[in-house]
Amino acid sequence: MNTVIEAEHLRKSYGSTVAVDDISFEVAEGEIFGVIGRNGAGKTTTVECVQGLRRPDAGRIRVLGLEPQSEARELRRRMGCQLQEAALPDRIKVWEALDLFASFVPGASDWRALMEQWGLADKRNAHFASLSGGQRQRLFVALALVNDPEVVFLDEMTAGLDPAGRRVAWGLIRAVRERGKTVVLVTHYMDEAEHLCDRVAIIDRGRIAALDTPQGLINSLGGRIHVTFSTDHTDLAWLEQVQHVQRVLRWGHRIEVEGTGPVLALVAAELVNRGIVPPDLRVEQPTLEDVFLALTDHELLDEAEG
Amino acid sequence: MRTLAKLTWVEIKLFSREPITVIFSLAFPLVMLLVLAGVFGNEAEEEFRDAIPVDYYVPGYLAVVIASIGLIGLPVHLAAYRERGILRRFSASSVSPWSLFGAQVAVSFALAAVGSVLLVVAALLIYDAQLPESPARLVLAFVVSTLTFVVLGFLLGTVLANARAAQAVGLLLFLPMWLLSGAGPPREVMGGAMRGISDALPLTYVVTALQDAWLGLGSSTTELLVLTGVLLVAAALSLRFSRSL
Repeated sequence: MNTVIEAEHLRKSYGSTVAVDDISFEVAEGEIFGVIGRNGAGKTTTVECVQGLRRPDAGRIRVLGLEPQSEARELRRRMGCQLQEAALPDRIKVWEALDLFASFVPGASDWRALMEQWGLADKRNAHFASLSGGQRQRLFVALALVNDPEVVFLDEMTAGLDPAGRRVAWGLIRAVRERGKTVVLVTHYMDEAEHLCDRVAIIDRGRIAALDTPQGLINSLGGRIHVTFSTDHTDLAWLEQVQHVQRVLRWGHRIEVEGTGPVLALVAAELVNRGIVPPDLRVEQPTLEDVFLALTDHELLDEAEG
Repeated sequence: MRTLAKLTWVEIKLFSREPITVIFSLAFPLVMLLVLAGVFGNEAEEEFRDAIPVDYYVPGYLAVVIASIGLIGLPVHLAAYRERGILRRFSASSVSPWSLFGAQVAVSFALAAVGSVLLVVAALLIYDAQLPESPARLVLAFVVSTLTFVVLGFLLGTVLANARAAQAVGLLLFLPMWLLSGAGPPREVMGGAMRGISDALPLTYVVTALQDAWLGLGSSTTELLVLTGVLLVAAALSLRFSRSL
């Protein structure tokens, strides 16, 4: 698989504040690559350096084999960007913006189709200023795709979208990837990163704290799985003997089994074997959010150390 | 070329949707001209370069149209574009900065032309003003002046951080230029210090060059050279500062 983005030892400071401190990563063709981090962690700066919108103080970047600063024109024809803190003129109409940005690139996508896909068709004559946050966001994503780019950068793509809108956006981004595009997704929605991304980089204080598939990150936390159910049976000592079970807690009717790996399947099978079929069998697994908090919550980390 | 044409057309449409800007850019000079021409009557006067006041003031207010675009309209527009992240959105696309620049130049010229035509037509119809003595020299002076003030506008829009600052600085530059360039009281009635300030204002050279062409006086070589000098310096400074856009 081809490498679309290579970033090596990026560094960027604003005055005495180090925003990006030695970040390296690669993104492969056709990947949805997530970048997550707290506000001010350096994720947007990192992505802006890769896009060529900021010049890093040090480090080497190649995107589609191009150097983002010196080959900016060529790169901008082949990449699409949805930016944070960007805007359009208040009085520009939705169709005018799409038509204008499409005219910048020969062989651009059909902007009318994008306008349909992103649910903007009935707003085609609305002024930018009159759009809701979610509509603006969808327009910006459509603008990022209008030049039919090979690599797309989406910075907080679903900020301002309602839950239904987010699901629609996820589906459309998967469709973009299925057409062979590479997607870099900056987000602070953990569920978005977990559902959508092939790999995720967690950026913390200007460094990459972890980089793996969402499941790999979750596994690396070594988090316990909690299986809970209710039952009237009192003799449950056998539960302790089930493989991968580490602890059994009991509050009245309520049982909580703590374990690892395939503990849910093993416990469930054994329950059925013994004729116990609780209607409320549930499992709680660690999520990307738990990993994220474990790696980036400095108050928590500092307390643990102190 | 297609991109430049499209950008220009979109910018013109956007401008036409902002009634306040339209009124300020086009109506203010027109109203001022009509007031001044009305006040000073219909006799040729020595202090008005031996011309009838309305013929003195028509080229003067062509200059005011150019100044209001270059010192206020364009800088405020550009500063707002930067402040709000619109330039960022454009700069992340593959549009070349020269297309963006070219579209602003084209729109500024279009506005200056529309504003000027309105002024001249009103002066002809209402005050029976004379037509320019040397149309070719008038066009040359108009083009050099507009280009100079557009580049000044770019410089201001580049160095000023936001639309409020651009508005304040623009007005601070515009008001003395308007009043002391000859578009207010004629330069012939100004005292020593006032005349000195007037000599230092770029708009003075625009007013004089346009009046020379309109009234068939002088050769305006000095004026056009001064304006070209201002243009080059402003262009160099704009390029220098726009790197940090």
